[in-house]
Amino acid sequence: MEGAPLRAALRALQAGPVLILALLALVMTFASPYFFTRANLTNLGFQTSIVAVLALGQLVVILTRGVDLSVGAVVALSGVLGAIAAGLGGVAALTVMLATGAAVGLLNGGILVGGRVLNPFIVTLGTLSIVRGLALVISDAQTETGMPGLIASTGTSLVGPVPLPALLVAVLAITAWLLLARTQWGRWIYAVGGNPEGARKVGIPVDRVLLSAYLLCGLAAAVAGVLVAGRTDAGSPTAGQLLELDAITAVIIGGASFFGGRGSVIGVIAGALIIGVIRNGLNLLDVTPFWQQVAIGTLVIASLELDVLRGYLERRLRAGQAVAEAAA
Amino acid sequence: MTPLAEVRGAVKSYGPVRALRGVDLEIEAGEIVALLGDNGAGKSTLVKALGGVHRLDAGEVRIGGRPVDLRSPAQARALGIETLHQDLALFDNLSAVANFHLGRELRRPRALRRLGLLDERAMAREWTAQAERLGVRLPDPRAEVGLMSGGQRQAIAVLRAVAFASRLVILDEPTAALGVRESRQVLELVTRLPAMGVAVVLISHNLEHVMQVADRAVVLRQGRCVGEAAPTPEHHEALVSMIVGASTTAATHGEEPG
Repeated sequence: MEGAPLRAALRALQAGPVLILALLALVMTFASPYFFTRANLTNLGFQTSIVAVLALGQLVVILTRGVDLSVGAVVALSGVLGAIAAGLGGVAALTVMLATGAAVGLLNGGILVGGRVLNPFIVTLGTLSIVRGLALVISDAQTETGMPGLIASTGTSLVGPVPLPALLVAVLAITAWLLLARTQWGRWIYAVGGNPEGARKVGIPVDRVLLSAYLLCGLAAAVAGVLVAGRTDAGSPTAGQLLELDAITAVIIGGASFFGGRGSVIGVIAGALIIGVIRNGLNLLDVTPFWQQVAIGTLVIASLELDVLRGYLERRLRAGQAVAEAAA
Repeated sequence: MTPLAEVRGAVKSYGPVRALRGVDLEIEAGEIVALLGDNGAGKSTLVKALGGVHRLDAGEVRIGGRPVDLRSPAQARALGIETLHQDLALFDNLSAVANFHLGRELRRPRALRRLGLLDERAMAREWTAQAERLGVRLPDPRAEVGLMSGGQRQAIAVLRAVAFASRLVILDEPTAALGVRESRQVLELVTRLPAMGVAVVLISHNLEHVMQVADRAVVLRQGRCVGEAAPTPEHHEALVSMIVGASTTAATHGEEPG
């Protein structure tokens, strides 16, 4: 009769990221009088939104057992091309930026599916280099300042007390949750990550599902590119460096499994906020930024261990059930 | 009468390995055909062609007398052919109900249909109805399949294959991982299928199980059909020697009697 405690432990693990976030926020509130002020929370909203948008796209890809390392480079290339198109007006620049992300996403998915190269790590490592290189070539390694008002406003506007990017993250998160948890497409994303061979056997169009995942991740990267360009009011070929690692970190801290098929939107948002709170909180406490890296790295490894623990608890539960059946 | 399903001159190679070297198989409506053979005889390859998992290099599949080009499992499923795969093809991260409907989820009607919004309630109802009809019971069908025992997992996979089949169910080693009691439940379910108008192709290494349920046993060896017989205790020895290839005289039962 140890099924009940095991199940309870599994549920606690599922709520893990949100609990960690709440605990962190509580500790920071007591540790620094500035943490829970409107100015700081607004600042936190601006800072976290870029990683959160990237992480939402990354989640979809990681759910399919993939990974997309090219998203930071997409931030740069979309910014560079957006700055070039700035003269054509805000809508045109925005379209160019989103199209850039979609194109890179389709390229990633296309190589993976069409080229039968079944290693997303290597494929997107290649496109990371290609896209970053293109951004440098096209911009001649120069940062172009002056984005159209539509894009620049995303970096600075407040809607009431809420930063516009944070509002955007909320809308995107709800949309992602609806798609992943409530639609057939979402069910297929989880199925492809849970058992790719089995997904083919039950007639799921696996290639199209994978293509759609990388397309959405590319689009999310372009949205993050808009936010970065808005914040800096510039298109820079060196923008977004290592942002891909932040995005993956947020997804893993958010409780998604790197082995595919497991992960939730709420966890990922919590993961992005955990990274934001650690950085912001340690800044407020005057801890050198180098310790932030140590803290976040430790959290990544701890999160992976929690995923392993989850697997272990599930096996125990299954074994317990088989014993119970045999006894019945 | 036209057979329900037939395979003619099936040839399939995996690289240098010739898995099928010209196999013919006919399945009549409502019959239970056992496919016997040693490991690597070509049984799984043959049923994968019927189930749309692999395409044949040469030869054809006919359903109801019409040649069909099965390019995907989805196509085979649309023709009423369901497969219980040896590896079960289950999804540990999804619930039993989700596994059951995977690939043909029920969606909300009307305006939201285009979004592909899932109709979870209708799917749960459908699961309950089918599980009751076919006598499958689970403590919690909404729990993840990864948390369930081997027997429960097998039951979910069998139910998925059987519930949606309108013509043919292919069962690849349905009792291999099961205990005595669960095996008996699966075999009982198999014998009820012909009455529902569904034919069965059964792959099993267990001759006892084959003799219990099958109308006819076809033996494959090294990618060829080497004979067939009624799976009765009298033919037990003949079947075994056809499977292992010990005696060629026993393999001359020739074409099907009827």
